[in-house]
Amino acid sequence: MSLSSLLALALIGISAILLLILSRLQRKAPPKVRAIPALTRLYRAIGLSVEDGTRLLIGLGNTSLLTGNAGAPLAGLAVLRHLTERTSLSDRPPVAVAGEAPLALLAQDTLEAGYQSAGAGEFYQPTTGRVTGLTPFSSAAGTIPIMHDENVSAAIFMGHYGIEAALLADAAERGNAFAVGASDDLAGQAIWYASAPETLIGEELFAASAYIGATPSQTASLTVQDILRWLIIVALVVGAGAKLVGLF
Amino acid sequence: MRTVALILAIVTGLIVLVGYFVPALAPIEQTVLNWAIILAGTAAIVGVFNLVLVHGNKIAQREKGGIYSAILLLCLFATFVFGLVLGPDHPGMRLLVNGVIVPVEATLMALLAVTLLYASIRLLRRRANAMSIVFLSTALLMMIASATLPFGEIGALNNFLRPWFQHVLALGGARGILLGVALGTLTTGLRVLLGSERPYGGK
Repeated sequence: MSLSSLLALALIGISAILLLILSRLQRKAPPKVRAIPALTRLYRAIGLSVEDGTRLLIGLGNTSLLTGNAGAPLAGLAVLRHLTERTSLSDRPPVAVAGEAPLALLAQDTLEAGYQSAGAGEFYQPTTGRVTGLTPFSSAAGTIPIMHDENVSAAIFMGHYGIEAALLADAAERGNAFAVGASDDLAGQAIWYASAPETLIGEELFAASAYIGATPSQTASLTVQDILRWLIIVALVVGAGAKLVGLF
Repeated sequence: MRTVALILAIVTGLIVLVGYFVPALAPIEQTVLNWAIILAGTAAIVGVFNLVLVHGNKIAQREKGGIYSAILLLCLFATFVFGLVLGPDHPGMRLLVNGVIVPVEATLMALLAVTLLYASIRLLRRRANAMSIVFLSTALLMMIASATLPFGEIGALNNFLRPWFQHVLALGGARGILLGVALGTLTTGLRVLLGSERPYGGK
């Protein structure tokens, strides 16, 4: 096994152990987290959406779950679960859209689980988890009419989005819907920043579920990310210092 | 049933993960991944049924935009029938893809230029802060530096400023963001692998 493989395995192992330990510890005393303005406004928009009986749209992007980008839609599914629990009793149920069929199936499953968890299993409609297209642009083109025609007041896009994000943000703006955009793709993030009212940058995408419906494992994963981030910073500084003095 | 789904998910996840590091497990890992590809293909068929169901309901309930749903379903069935009869490699099918789908996607791509221009104007109205100004100024500077101008390129911009922005500022920032994304992906994956988060089988 090569050195980089060993390091990767060690990183995964340490992260898993930390996650398990911190999940147990933080069950009793959840840590305080910094405020993310986009998520605070999203929280308010969800409340308004339930109050005035409008619909919530959750986009999960269009990446395959078999690729390395699967983390972003999984984070989106965690957010979908919390949002479904909160809005399942609204006059108009939330709609989840995906540009990949397996992702849409998981969205349906997550929606159903959210309804059941809220004690409203009988209100679940399978058509609220939808495939809108199988390419990035066709998926965006399939999502735009939902925002126009189905009384959507808040749109949350959390997944793998590229440049097609601009079309979605524009549609949300035209429909007077509050929009939050997040992507694991750099081009997608830049587009969301320029065109959406609220944007989640970088790791904020993965923190969203912990902010909306903090379970112990989700808050623990934030702490694990912080610990790993500090380890990386130390490694980078030590590496740069070693290179400077000619050790490498 | 949920417990079985959980055990299956954890075991297959672990096999794939360990297969990356232990060569002896690579054939099993490959088999599991092949199964996943087959399942994803089957899910695509279910996805098409979902599409038909959603748009069928829209037509049946005479919802707003129902006519577009009817056109979509008509085109879907026509393409499906042609595909079955002629096969995906038939010149007619290729023409359908190259003459309809590709230009439509290219049109949407072209629309982006207008949409982004409009978005950048709105950005200053919506979020008139220092970061927005830096964002737009940088974008403008990069465009001017990369553009072919009638009087030739601006040497200082093209030879010094643009590479410095791209290779120092942008690359440094991008690496920072990507490290954050990688750590987020790692912990999200671990939460699913450890069964504390289950986007399958419900709970």
